[in-house]
Amino acid sequence: MSAVAAAAVAPSSDTLLTVEHLTMRFGGLIAVEAVTFEAKRRQITGVIGPNGAGKTTLFNCITGFYKPTTGRLSLHRDEGVPLLLEQMDGYLIGQKARVARTFQNIRLFPGMSALENLMVAQHNKLMRASGFSLLGLFGMPSYRKAEAEAKEKAVRWLERLGMLNLADDPAGSLPYGAQRRLEIARAMCTDPVLLCLDEPAAGLNPRESAELNHLLIEIRDQIGIGILLIEHDMSVVMGISDHVVVLDYGRKIADGTPLEIQRDPAVIRAYLGEEEKED
Amino acid sequence: MTDAVMRTAVPAKRPNIYFEAFKEASITAVLVFLLSVYMVGAHTEASQGQPLGFTTRFMDVFWACVLVPCGRYLIALDRQGLHLPALIGGVVSFVYLFAVGALGMVGSLAYDTFPHPFDEPMVDIIFALGGIYIFGSAYRGTRTRRHGGLTIDQREAKEQRSSNWARRMSGILGPMLIGIAVVVPIYMPFSPWQGATRQVVETLILILTYVMLGWGLNIVVGLAGLLDLGYVAFYAVGAYTYAKLSTELGLNFWECLPLAGLLAASFGVMLGFPVLRLRGDYLAIVTLGFGEMIRIVLINWQNFTGGPNGIGSIPKIDFFGLPFERKAPPGEDTFASFFGLDFSTVHRVFFLYYVILVLALITNLVTIRLRRLPIGRAWEALREDETACRALGINPTNTKLTAFAIGAMFAGFAGSFFASRQGFVSPESFVFIESAQILAIVVLGGMGSQVGVALAAILLIGLPEVMRELSLYRMLFYGMCMVLIMLLRPRGLLAHREPTIQYKKRGYSR
Repeated sequence: MSAVAAAAVAPSSDTLLTVEHLTMRFGGLIAVEAVTFEAKRRQITGVIGPNGAGKTTLFNCITGFYKPTTGRLSLHRDEGVPLLLEQMDGYLIGQKARVARTFQNIRLFPGMSALENLMVAQHNKLMRASGFSLLGLFGMPSYRKAEAEAKEKAVRWLERLGMLNLADDPAGSLPYGAQRRLEIARAMCTDPVLLCLDEPAAGLNPRESAELNHLLIEIRDQIGIGILLIEHDMSVVMGISDHVVVLDYGRKIADGTPLEIQRDPAVIRAYLGEEEKED
Repeated sequence: MTDAVMRTAVPAKRPNIYFEAFKEASITAVLVFLLSVYMVGAHTEASQGQPLGFTTRFMDVFWACVLVPCGRYLIALDRQGLHLPALIGGVVSFVYLFAVGALGMVGSLAYDTFPHPFDEPMVDIIFALGGIYIFGSAYRGTRTRRHGGLTIDQREAKEQRSSNWARRMSGILGPMLIGIAVVVPIYMPFSPWQGATRQVVETLILILTYVMLGWGLNIVVGLAGLLDLGYVAFYAVGAYTYAKLSTELGLNFWECLPLAGLLAASFGVMLGFPVLRLRGDYLAIVTLGFGEMIRIVLINWQNFTGGPNGIGSIPKIDFFGLPFERKAPPGEDTFASFFGLDFSTVHRVFFLYYVILVLALITNLVTIRLRRLPIGRAWEALREDETACRALGINPTNTKLTAFAIGAMFAGFAGSFFASRQGFVSPESFVFIESAQILAIVVLGGMGSQVGVALAAILLIGLPEVMRELSLYRMLFYGMCMVLIMLLRPRGLLAHREPTIQYKKRGYSR
C-alpha cells in the first residue's frame, strides 16, 4: 500500500495522466476501488489483471463512457492547469482532452470504407475547416485544402499499416487483423496525446502480434504520445511496456517495471492462486 | 424428377413431402378463408334513402379458398426440389386465367362461354399473376438448385452484384429522370395527349412534392439512421407558416419560403433536443407522438389555426410579383398581359411544376454535397456506431440535431409549397398515413439512395393516380407492387452506397 501513497504526490513534468483514488460502483458491485497510478509521456503503460479485474471499467472511466463514483482523473497537457477528465462529457474527452481509444470488440464503421473511417476520425478539425458545413457546402477552396490534407494523412496511415490496397473496401469486410490495425489508425487520426488500447492483440496470430508491438513502439518513439494498454497477451505487455499496473478485484495490487511485476508475489498469487509457486 | 427426390431423400426419417405440402396448403386455406370471408364475402351497398344493405359473394370466397392453397401446395413442393408441378401448374393457370380475364376485360361475349372462377375479369388477371409468380420462382429454382440455401460467399457475391447493378442503374436513371422531368410539361401540349396536360402536370407536381419530402426524410432516416415517424409534422409547420403569414401579414410566397423552412427547422431542433438521446424504436415512438401532437394542436387551437376547418383562401403563387390572374388591378400587369400571352389557368400549373422541380433538385443537391462534408460522414458514422463516434470526439447530440433540423427544413419548404398550391390547409392533410407513405418511399427506394427514392415516389404516388381507372382494384395493385418490391429487392429498389471519398477512382465495371 505504500506504493499507492507514493504515486499520489505531485506529478513530475513527464506525467501525462494521473489517476487518483478512482472508484467506480455499480449498485452494490465495486468494479474499481481506489486505484491510483500515473501514465507518463512517451511511455507505454500496461494494465493487466485476471478477467473481471476492472481493467475495461478503468478505461471506460478514463475515456468518459462512465462517470467515476469518486476519484480524480487529471490529464496534464503541455502547459497550464490539468484537465479534469471525470468532469467532462464523454465526447469532449476525445475532442478537447484528446484521449483516443480502441475497443475490446472492434467498433469500426463497418459500412464505410477504410479511408472514410479515418476521415471521420478527423471530424472536428474538418468541421472547423468547413465552417461548420456552410463554407464546405459552397466548395470553398480553404475547405478543399483541409480535406486534401486530411485525406493525405489518412493515406499515410494506411500506407504505414500496409493496407493501402484496402483503402476503398468497406471496413466490415476487412480481415480481422486489418480491422484491429485500422481501429488503431483511426484513433491516431484524432491526433491524441493519450492512446488507450483495449486488448489490441486479442485474436491476432503471433506474427501480427509482433507487428503490433513494433507499431506501438513506433508510435511511442516517433510521435511521442503516451499509450495506455490493456492486454492479456503477456508477450506484448512484458515486451513493450515501460511500466505495468496490475489490477485484481478492482484494486491495484502492484505497479512497476515489467521485471518487477514478474517477480511480485502478489501478482503471482493473483494469476496462479494462493499456493506460492515459482515460474 | 422422382429420381432427384430419391437421391436427396434421407431414407428413414424424412417426412412425406406431399403430406407436408398438403398440411401447409390446408393452413393457407384456413387463413384465406378467415381473411376473405368478411372482406370479400360480404359487400356493403349504400343506396339513397335506404339503410345500409349488403350482398354476398360466397362463390368468390370459395374459389379463393381453392386456388390459393393449390398455389401454396405447388410452392411447397417446389421448395422441396419438386419443380415440375409448379412449372406446369404455374404456366397453365397463368395462361388460362389471363386469357379468360383478358377476354372479359375487352368485353368479349366469349368471356361467359369459358368457365371462370370470378365474375370480375380483373380478379382473374390478378390470380393469373400469382400463377406467373409460381412459375418464375420454380424456374429460378431449377437454375440455381439451391437445396440448403446460399453459402455466405454466394450471398455476398449476390449482394455485390445487386449493389453494382443499383450503382449502374442510378448512374443511368438519374440524369434520365431529370431530363424527362424538365421536358415533359413543355412537350405535353404538343403531344397527342394534350387534352390531359393539366392532369398530367398536376400529378407530376404531386409526385415531385413527395420526391422532395422523400429526399428530406432520407437525410434523417437514410443518412443519420434516425427513424422518424412524425416527419409530416414539419410539413404541416411549413404549410401553416405560409398560410398564416400570407393571409395575415400579406407576405408573398418567396418571402414565406425561407421563413417556413426556418420555422420547421427550429421545430426540428425543439423536438430533437429532448428526444435524441433515445435510440431506435424509442425514438420512432416519440417522433410518432410528436407528429400526432402537432396535428391535434392544429385541430384544437381554433382561433389560430381555424381548427378542423383549416385556413382557406390562401393567396396563390405569383410569378415574382406578377399574379396568374385573368384581370389585374388597374395599372398593374398580370403574368399573361406582361408576356403578351392569352390568359390560361395552365400557366400557373406550369409555374408551380417548375418551382417544385427546382426545390426538389435543390434538396437533392444539398443532400449530395452534405454527404461528402464532414457532417455527412459523421451522420453515417453515427448510424453505424454511436459509441465509436463518441470516442472519436464527435458530439452526437449536435450531429443528430443538424440532421433533424435540415430534414425538417426541407419538409417546411415542401409544406409551404403545398399550401400555396392548394390555397387551403387543414389538419386532415397531415395525418400519420402521410408520414408512413414518405417513410415507405425512403425504405422502398433504398435507404440513402437518391435515385431510388425518386423512383419509389414515382411508383408509390404515380401508380395510384395512373390506375384510377381500375377503381376498386387500385389499392390491391398498389399492395402487390409493394410486396413485389420487397420480394425482389429487399434492400430497396436501388440500394447501394457510394463512398464519400475514394483513394483511387474505380469504374462501374467492378
